[in-house]
Amino acid sequence: MDASAAKLIGAGLATIALAGVGVGIGNIFGSFVSGALRNPEAAPRVFGNVLLGFALTEAVALFALVIAFMILFVF
Amino acid sequence: MHSPMEQFEIKRLLHLNLFGIDASFTNSSTWMIIAVILATAVFVWGMRQRALVPGKLQSVAELGYEFIAGMVRDNVGDGGKKYFPFILTLFIFILFCNVLGMVPYSFTPTSHIVVTFAMAAFVFVGVTLIGFARHGVHFLSLFVPKGVPFALLLLLVPIEIISYFIRPFSLSIRLFANMLAGHTMLKVFGGFVVMLGIIGGWAPLAFIVVFTGLELLIAFLQAYVFAILTCLYLNDAIHLHH
Repeated sequence: MDASAAKLIGAGLATIALAGVGVGIGNIFGSFVSGALRNPEAAPRVFGNVLLGFALTEAVALFALVIAFMILFVF
Repeated sequence: MHSPMEQFEIKRLLHLNLFGIDASFTNSSTWMIIAVILATAVFVWGMRQRALVPGKLQSVAELGYEFIAGMVRDNVGDGGKKYFPFILTLFIFILFCNVLGMVPYSFTPTSHIVVTFAMAAFVFVGVTLIGFARHGVHFLSLFVPKGVPFALLLLLVPIEIISYFIRPFSLSIRLFANMLAGHTMLKVFGGFVVMLGIIGGWAPLAFIVVFTGLELLIAFLQAYVFAILTCLYLNDAIHLHH
């Protein structure tokens, strides 16, 4: 196989990480909503943690993006 | 059409060569200086009256101060008071760099890994030194989880050590990749607007408007995450396992 074609396939494969991140972000907000419906008074107190968890999970997606960029442009 | 990565290009504005090291004044340094000047202006100009009942700008300055002071208090405790100025500076600098990057035709210094890694490495080295200064060799017990059978320790200690040394990388890549991805995405959709023209270009334009709002949230959120993770690392170094 041509090296440049392998590069494109590799960069595409790197985006599989988004599946896990999708599950993660859905889990964070889903858990937050179900928890907030059970106990609405506690919801504002944990919202900071929700955003922190969201940012940490989103960062995993961006690690995949960095890897895809490295495959495409660095090597 | 211009490439979406062109916005991250560093241009030398003033050529400077210090003992063989390229120390040119670039557009990146310009925007860092603008961020520092604006942040200083908000705090100094906002607090000039020192009114008991704060005005608009004083409220902003006090809000920022209280926000980080509360964060340090909650996450590090009493021992963290000494490091509060550092964390406030870090937060405000990253926040201003990120938000100023959202101004069209500006430059985002935090979208370059050199800048974020320098900050993350500083945090990492500083936290490690604080830990050793406070606890001496006992600081190494950070790598040994409590209440774990010995057989499992053989597996867990290397993992703990690796995760400790990976901290500066994850800290810097998180900030840099967020800025890089957000800005690239905005420019890619900007390209769609031009490509689709006056008939179909409204849909990506609407998306850009919404996404700019999200980007502003992320600009704040990443500064917050950087500051709070610094607090957590500091807490590890000061209190070990508590």
